[in-house]
Amino acid sequence: MDKIPDNRAWWLVLPVFLLVAFSALIPLMTVVNYSVQDIFGPGQAYYVGAEWFKEVLADERLQDSLIRQFVFSGFVLLIQIPLGIGVALMMPKSGIKGSLCLILIAIPLLIPWNVVGTIWQIFARGDIGLFGWGINQLGIDYNYTGDTLDAWLTVLLMDVWHWTPLVALLCYSGLRAIPEAFYQAAEIDRASKWAVFRYIQLPRLKSVLIIAVLLRFMDSFMIYIEPFVLTGGGPGSSTTFLSQTLTTMAIGQFDLGRAAAFSLIYFLIVLLISWLFFTAITHADKEK
Amino acid sequence: MAEIQLKALAHSYSDTPTGPDDYAIRQLDHVWHKGGAYALLGPSGCGKSTMLNIISGLIQPSEGEVLFDGKRVNELSPRDRNIAQVFQFPVIYDSMTVYENLAFPLKNNKVPASRIKVRVQEIAEVLEIEDKLHKKARNLTADEKQKVSMGRGLVREDVSAILFDEPLTVIDPQLKWKLRRKLKQIHEQFDITMVYVTHDQLEASTFADRIAVMYDGQVVQFGTPTELFEAPNHTFVGYFIGSPGMNIVEVERCSDGVCFGSTVLPLESWQVDILKRMTSGNLKIGIRPEFIEISPIASDDTYEANVQDIEDLGTYKIVTVQLGEQELKVRQNEEFEASIDSPVHLSFPKQWLMLYVDEFLVQEQQ
Repeated sequence: MDKIPDNRAWWLVLPVFLLVAFSALIPLMTVVNYSVQDIFGPGQAYYVGAEWFKEVLADERLQDSLIRQFVFSGFVLLIQIPLGIGVALMMPKSGIKGSLCLILIAIPLLIPWNVVGTIWQIFARGDIGLFGWGINQLGIDYNYTGDTLDAWLTVLLMDVWHWTPLVALLCYSGLRAIPEAFYQAAEIDRASKWAVFRYIQLPRLKSVLIIAVLLRFMDSFMIYIEPFVLTGGGPGSSTTFLSQTLTTMAIGQFDLGRAAAFSLIYFLIVLLISWLFFTAITHADKEK
Repeated sequence: MAEIQLKALAHSYSDTPTGPDDYAIRQLDHVWHKGGAYALLGPSGCGKSTMLNIISGLIQPSEGEVLFDGKRVNELSPRDRNIAQVFQFPVIYDSMTVYENLAFPLKNNKVPASRIKVRVQEIAEVLEIEDKLHKKARNLTADEKQKVSMGRGLVREDVSAILFDEPLTVIDPQLKWKLRRKLKQIHEQFDITMVYVTHDQLEASTFADRIAVMYDGQVVQFGTPTELFEAPNHTFVGYFIGSPGMNIVEVERCSDGVCFGSTVLPLESWQVDILKRMTSGNLKIGIRPEFIEISPIASDDTYEANVQDIEDLGTYKIVTVQLGEQELKVRQNEEFEASIDSPVHLSFPKQWLMLYVDEFLVQEQQ
């Protein structure tokens, strides 16, 4: 078939272009717009170049909450990924027990974010919360509203409780997709349990683990409601994570220029780290 | 190495089997002797893979015993039975290299590293994959993957037996023949008990010294390829072995023999004697297409039949003839000529007429 060159064909790209424009480019451009101008009101905008970016990057409050955010996401991944794999490995393979297990494990995923925050806010209280009261009864001084470490542990525990099921469910689906023949061959080859995990299960979980790591990183890096409801960012600013700082800046102080500049940096960090994870995992064992 | 004995073995995949139809294997006794090369031949779904998995321990039989050298192993897992098995479709550890794949069973058995190296090299040479040893196993072709799969079965030196479950299904025909010879060589070299499951009679007879034919959950005959050909113990063996299979004709008792339609076939006197003692009405006569003789002229012991069809298969011809109501296949050499619908005269040498009562062969008692 002969190809006829006709530039009008470019019009066919229009629907996709419009879709992308409305879903991503136009909303994003408003933020870009604010990030390079100082806007006082309609018709009163002054171009400030990279000024906001420089200010934001030098802002110690933001630097602190960025570091806090990285530490938090790091712990989330370190705890939830291995724990999720472990839970998936221990779940019954099939039958009524398997279904029951799936439902029970999925329950935290169905609870709205702010409810999760509220649940833990009460659950972990020393006076009326079962968890907080129980810990105190064990003779451990625990108070998440006053103690930084306690507040951190509570926020982490809440996130682990809320989101490990997601990792577990993803891994469970990955594990079920491994044909029985692999386990039979391993049994015949006298492979140890560890070898079965290392050489059969883990390699075959790779694709779901990429998804799990990316989802958990992005979600935890953008976490807002749960710690906001649970600790309100305190004590002090010890559990104030990035999006809370950003919200305070944009809505509390109405500092739109800096908030916009910081939003862009925030977005680029999420994008960059996700890309790094993805490339690192997919290229980890390429052909020698 | 071990002698593998199956005693009163039966297996059903259902938890509450009600009738014989629920059984994949029915009441089976069988012995695989030490160091033999055996084939387990049968159509799909006859229970051969089930039997193999019971021997290796992947399946627990519902009834009966599995004995290795006289010791009951029913409760032992495959790892404790120390058995190697090669599956129908390649199973490879795809994050490992070919070398690591082959070394894996040895490593699990705590074989010293120096010995692993020698052994892997040896097996890789036999399978002609020594140039691929350092390639990632996932990047191999299906053929090569299956070779690696087989290699993992062959690499262990101390196994009780190696079981092959239709291992050459995914391999192309040229290589198939070569690998079969290789397996045979390996068997001769290392003298390991090998059981080879297949539904291909050619594959079975090139590999094995003795073939067990399975049908409907039972071993219906266990013998050399020649025995299976010349004296099929069951009508199914007659039909399944040979191409085309045996002519099997339903018959009735007549004086001095059996008859179908208006055709009377005289039998050997011992056959007649046994027949008189049997009460069953399920009688069949089997004769191989190779053993029916065709002559152009009639004589006392010939039967007139009509030529229906002649198939030329290159080195021989298959002639389909009609004798009364019965269609028969006759194998003739290339020189045979006859026109369709013309009469020919058949004779049935008595020693090749097999009498089946209730599907099983009636044999002369010594």
